[in-house]
Amino acid sequence: MELVCPAGNLPSLKAAVDNGADAVYIGFRDETNARHFAGLNFVDKQIEQCLAYARGHGTKIYVAINTYPQPDNFAKWQRAVDQAAEYDVDALILADIGVMDYAAEKWPELRLHLSVQASATSHDAIRFYAEQFGVKRAVIPRVLSVKQVASLVKNSPIAIEVFGFGSLCVMVEGRCYLSSYVTGQGPNTFGACSPGSFVRWTEADSKLETRLNGVLIDRVEKDENAGYPTICKGRFEVNGETGYAIEEPTSLNTLPILPDLLRVGVAAIKIEGRQRSPAYVAKVTAVLRAAIDSCIRDPENYSPDQTWLEQLTSLSEGAQTTLGAYQREWQ
Amino acid sequence: MSTAITPARARLSLGPIQYHWAREKIQEFYRSILSTPVDIVYLGETVCSKRRSMRLRDWIEVGEQLQSAGKEVVLSTLALLEANSELGLVRKLCTNGQFAIEANDMSAVQMLAGETEFIGGASLNIYNPRALRKLVGMGLSRWVMPVELSKSVLAGFLAEMPPGIESEVFAWGRLPLAYSARCYTARAHKLPKDACAYCCIDYPDGLMLSTREDESFLVINGIQTQSARVHNLVHELSGPTTGVDIFRISPQSEHTEQVIFLFDQVRSGELGAIAAADELATLADAGLCNGYWHNEAGMASCGAMGGP
Repeated sequence: MELVCPAGNLPSLKAAVDNGADAVYIGFRDETNARHFAGLNFVDKQIEQCLAYARGHGTKIYVAINTYPQPDNFAKWQRAVDQAAEYDVDALILADIGVMDYAAEKWPELRLHLSVQASATSHDAIRFYAEQFGVKRAVIPRVLSVKQVASLVKNSPIAIEVFGFGSLCVMVEGRCYLSSYVTGQGPNTFGACSPGSFVRWTEADSKLETRLNGVLIDRVEKDENAGYPTICKGRFEVNGETGYAIEEPTSLNTLPILPDLLRVGVAAIKIEGRQRSPAYVAKVTAVLRAAIDSCIRDPENYSPDQTWLEQLTSLSEGAQTTLGAYQREWQ
Repeated sequence: MSTAITPARARLSLGPIQYHWAREKIQEFYRSILSTPVDIVYLGETVCSKRRSMRLRDWIEVGEQLQSAGKEVVLSTLALLEANSELGLVRKLCTNGQFAIEANDMSAVQMLAGETEFIGGASLNIYNPRALRKLVGMGLSRWVMPVELSKSVLAGFLAEMPPGIESEVFAWGRLPLAYSARCYTARAHKLPKDACAYCCIDYPDGLMLSTREDESFLVINGIQTQSARVHNLVHELSGPTTGVDIFRISPQSEHTEQVIFLFDQVRSGELGAIAAADELATLADAGLCNGYWHNEAGMASCGAMGGP
């Protein structure tokens, strides 16, 4: 079971490699990837440095080109594919079938992975990408229970990668327009959810309000922590009750179910968070490395170490974690 | 002498019912549609496979009635599939042998490719002409543009459109904005999805989610999240053509017939778009929006939207 770690800059990449990542995924510094944040991601010389460091340590590099180009900017995604191919990276992580069609035609030897942004949740959908574009691995949306993951792995013609830790999209990735509905910019077209330029924190009546393009996402007491205004983690009113109608601020954590994921044949575990700090990447990678090693050594007697859990919880949104859709009760 | 080219008459379609209604209500709804000027009707459950008001043969029966009334009938597939049993449902639809299919997930495309022509739904995520051409090569004959794309994006498609391919846009209704493993209607009732008691049937137009400033923001519809504002493109039925072949109206439990008639009157020139929009605005409690079409935030209203 491969450990796939995020890096938004060279220090994070080194942190991931040094702490035991089998592969690191990165993006280019533009809207061709789904973590299009100011100052994040790689350009030119940094890509070479990153590849040199990873290769020197036997770590693979995957490049995410996982947003959806439109008629007037398709060429930019083509250039991103060409650039990654010319650097001879270990795999591309793609979402759009136009981009996949281009990559498969122009670079038939290049290994392709299906991004979570492609929203493939069934073995028939995955078979489509495998047959049409020769995709070798699919990253699946955070919507399946462990039992459903097992069935998918069994019936899928290609390897399956799942999310193991990090921020939790509760909506099917690639089909969530909440951010673009409010701001005009969303993951599919712009490569970011709830872009920072639309976020406002203001004080009103001794409360702290968080707004996204003017829409009130949450309101907290001044001494409370105000989270980032991701729409799905806001507090709203439904049927006369105010609360987290969609999901609380929380992070996904699969440490308790690692033996299940291993047993059912999941090929790789992915850590979310290219936007995170090098220190975050280092800690999460180290914990996941230790946990996976322990699980592989003795899956029968594996149980997550208390210090691992504490470390991950302290790095989580809202200082709490969930198994998300892996656990039926969550759904 | 100028040679005016009359554009093909735009067609009106009725999208699948997105909500959970009882069987009698669904059947009654489609009886009321028989005499409306809608050209195409999409049928079927696209949101949650637990909703079993209608079996496939019930949908076929409704489809036959609509077809006899001169409507083109299409069966729409689920957008989010999680269980193998759901793949079975989609496969049954795809092999119905009678009506065309709107594929709302690549699993349906995989089942239909090379077998029969199909329609690519908005959730297939066709964002560029190369993606469209790929699917045309596999049998796609019509595509529904993703709801977050604009008229300028559509114009970009038209420049590279394979011949004979029809473009459809979501022109009236609450925008489908997201799908999840979690059922938010059940969550509002403090129930897990596996014991949901089918509570969404009590909300024939979904469950309003408001901000803490009492602004109607989103609508919860089981595992689907919709916009509270109604997306309205009635203005595009008059004036210069934008390349839209088919305007989709998404059903609500009330006033759908009236919406169809207003769209039809604008299409035929009997009624101006502004006057129609004023009337349409009275049918949308949380207001209208059209931002996506104008390359703005989806919730925005650009230009004269109608209403107060």
